[in-house]
Amino acid sequence: MARAAKAIKPIIGLVPPDPSSLSWRDMKGLLKLGQYAHSLSEHELYRIAKLVTQSSADLLEEWFELDPLKGTKAASGIIGTYLGPRSPGTAYVLLHHYMGEIDGAFRAWGFAKNGTGGVTAAIASSARALGVEIRTNAAVDKVIVRGGRAAGVALANGDELSATVVMSAADPKRSFLQFVDQQHFPDEFVQAIRNFRVRGSSGKINIALSGLPDFNCLPGEGPLHRGAISISPSIEYVERAYDDAKYGNFSRQPYMDIIFPSMIDRDMAPPGHHVMSCFVQYAPYDVAGGWDDAKKDAFGETVIATIEKYAPNIRKVIVGKQVITPQDIERIAGITGGNIFHGELLLHQLFFMRPAPQWADFRTPLSGYYFGAAGAHPGGGVMGAAGKMAATEILKDWQ
Amino acid sequence: MPELSAVHHPLYQLRRTPFHARTSQLCLPHNWRRWGGCIAVGSYDLGLDREYWAIRNHAALIDISPLIKYEITGRDAARLLHRLTPRDIHRMQVGQVYYTGWCDDDGKLLDDGTVTRIGEQSFRLTAAEPQFRWLALNAVGMQVQITELTERLAALSLQGPKSRTILNLACEQPVDSLKYFRMAFNRVAGKAVSVSRTGYTGDLGYEIWMDAEDALVIWDTLLAAGHDYGITPTGILAMDMARVEAGLFMLDVDYTPASHAWIPGQRSSPYEMGLGWTVNLDKQGYFVGRRALEREHREGSSWKMVGLEIDWEGLEREYAAVGMPPQVPATAVRGSIPVYAGPRQVGYASTSTWSPVLKKYIALVHVQQPFHAPGTKVEIEVTVEHHRRKSPATVVALPFYDPEWKKK
Ligand SMILES: Cc1cc2nc3c(=O)[nH]c(=O)nc-3n(C[C@H](O)[C@H](O)[C@H](O)COP(=O)(O)OP(=O)(O)OC[C@H]3O[C@@H](n4cnc5c(N)ncnc54)[C@H](O)[C@@H]3O)c2cc1C
Repeated sequence: MARAAKAIKPIIGLVPPDPSSLSWRDMKGLLKLGQYAHSLSEHELYRIAKLVTQSSADLLEEWFELDPLKGTKAASGIIGTYLGPRSPGTAYVLLHHYMGEIDGAFRAWGFAKNGTGGVTAAIASSARALGVEIRTNAAVDKVIVRGGRAAGVALANGDELSATVVMSAADPKRSFLQFVDQQHFPDEFVQAIRNFRVRGSSGKINIALSGLPDFNCLPGEGPLHRGAISISPSIEYVERAYDDAKYGNFSRQPYMDIIFPSMIDRDMAPPGHHVMSCFVQYAPYDVAGGWDDAKKDAFGETVIATIEKYAPNIRKVIVGKQVITPQDIERIAGITGGNIFHGELLLHQLFFMRPAPQWADFRTPLSGYYFGAAGAHPGGGVMGAAGKMAATEILKDWQ
Repeated sequence: MPELSAVHHPLYQLRRTPFHARTSQLCLPHNWRRWGGCIAVGSYDLGLDREYWAIRNHAALIDISPLIKYEITGRDAARLLHRLTPRDIHRMQVGQVYYTGWCDDDGKLLDDGTVTRIGEQSFRLTAAEPQFRWLALNAVGMQVQITELTERLAALSLQGPKSRTILNLACEQPVDSLKYFRMAFNRVAGKAVSVSRTGYTGDLGYEIWMDAEDALVIWDTLLAAGHDYGITPTGILAMDMARVEAGLFMLDVDYTPASHAWIPGQRSSPYEMGLGWTVNLDKQGYFVGRRALEREHREGSSWKMVGLEIDWEGLEREYAAVGMPPQVPATAVRGSIPVYAGPRQVGYASTSTWSPVLKKYIALVHVQQPFHAPGTKVEIEVTVEHHRRKSPATVVALPFYDPEWKKK
């Protein structure tokens, strides 16, 4: 897996060339890609081809025997997708989750001091130090178009800001179907964005605790509380969790990835207290009957009851909880469909097809308008890759 | 017939510190190191990240008992230390701590450590190496008593931004008013301790000095008090990374004490090690090395220890050439690495490390005039897949990392 992740990583850092184009830039990109593919052995090439088409279950069954191990690994392949571990394409998603590198350690997951928001806060303060003005709580209503070019933005509060370059870091649906009138885009592009799959499938339960849950399998406080705890006893368990979602319901026995951020960073909770962050699948965006308070409570209860099977003291230590559905993600984080990656990481929505064929190089059919967020190549995750590559492309056009 | 298992005799074994009963229980990877004739925990985990981040985000509890410690008392105690070290000991207040090196008469470093004025006529000196002979030689004709406390006095270092909060919970008296490089008496679990606001990490931190007999109860009390604040027993390898970030050097690693040098060129002066600030040439009277240091101060030093930041893009390029992402060491590397300006070697790194908090590959380097000015571009050797390459790097001022809470 490490080798495969390392092999894919150079592609992630490449501006996707358009295979249908004969432009110099695309040819150069394709050449680079070709050279890169050439540098891999036949064996590696097959493995990569397999990886991007296989299901995570098939991939893992080639390598492992133990159910809990396969279940836990397989779960990485369904994160942020509306698929089960036996659906083709999930092997790539699995890989996407093992691409991280922290302090030289590959396949590592990092925790940002003061929570994930610490990353954007650091970027913002670094930008401010360079004289950048940042406005928050300033929703964009429209991109202003003048003479066929993006010329600024109109805010919801009525303010208008003019600019020579506009870059959207919102999701593809907002960026292309809401901010810009569709007359400015080719029909095909509009169609592709409309079809872009952004259906949220993940819920999040944040729990405030007065103490740590005691797990049956490893009683007492221990290293497990500093790691990720996965409720995924087998591939079958996760696939069945998906079965519920397939027909519009939240999983009755959900898959869960649990961490205690306060065990890593004590500033995340008052002394002696903890926060428990439970990433849960599946919770369909468009759950049958709609998300109302009763449905949300039922979902939260299902999650707690599931945890209780493994950590019977959980209810005694809960002092508060927050249940977040994909609809809440849409509302709070401003992500259409509430998909955690602004759109599923599926083969047909990746690389030169993300967010739409021909427009994966961070440019858009509207000149002066750029796109650099999770819905662009190389997809979601707190890695800033899309934004950085978009900025680099903007600078190239600027000169 | 002689006993077959004579190796078990204490005389054949490295000493254990007074905390051994606790540290050995927790040292899961059996990663032991040698320090001052003792075994000391290298790391309690297989990796260093948890212990390293405890230093930078929470509080790390480090057994520093192997430090060599002396008590110097008597009418001439101050006179002895004033003569021994380049610092102005007569100006030192009771409760004050000085960091200092001390030299031979050629002005070359013999050792370094802290001097604490415990009372008007009583001091404590820490050292990396036994110094009894040197102390005794310098005390000829003085009315002083020099007692080695190394085994009698156990010591713990509590380092990290939460260390003050934890000590306030564990100590009878709050430590809030204890300033940087000051020492005060206190009690933990009813046992007498002295607490100095010192450390080897460049973070907020304290060192707690206690009777060896009280070691375990104090360890337990501190761990209990710090439980909710992320206190983490930490080995010397994570501390080694932190001390490089703090720009602090280590005897036998970053400098060769004059008494160990095979050749004169191996020796270093305080000026060369960036310790010019500890050399009080305006102080009254003679001290060992005075004339040589005055001369060096006048004429300038030809070498200087500075910081080096290895340029990430350059490193990436070197590794990309063999199809690999950059590799960074997972621990502080103690080993000499050549530093170049063009084709010419102008110095060497003595310790290098990846700095997780700065996300930079850094090194303590010794470079010749005029290459030690901050901003100077040099190159450092990197071994990429068994091949020697050069990677661009920039000279920077020390320390690399200096959080605002260190002295606050
Ligand atoms: C529950 C959850 C768990 C996750 N877990 C992980 C994880 O463990 N590890 C990981 O790496 N990634 C994780 N992710 C994914 C990761 O958070 C995203 O992929 C990443 O934040 C995307 O960054 P971005 O800048 O592209 O978009 P975002 O961070 O979504 O930023 C888009 C911004 O656009 C703003 N916006 C929307 N509409 C407008 C408008 N009209 N005007 C102005 N601004 C607007 C939004 O408010 C938002 O701030 C998770 C995501 C979620 C939701």
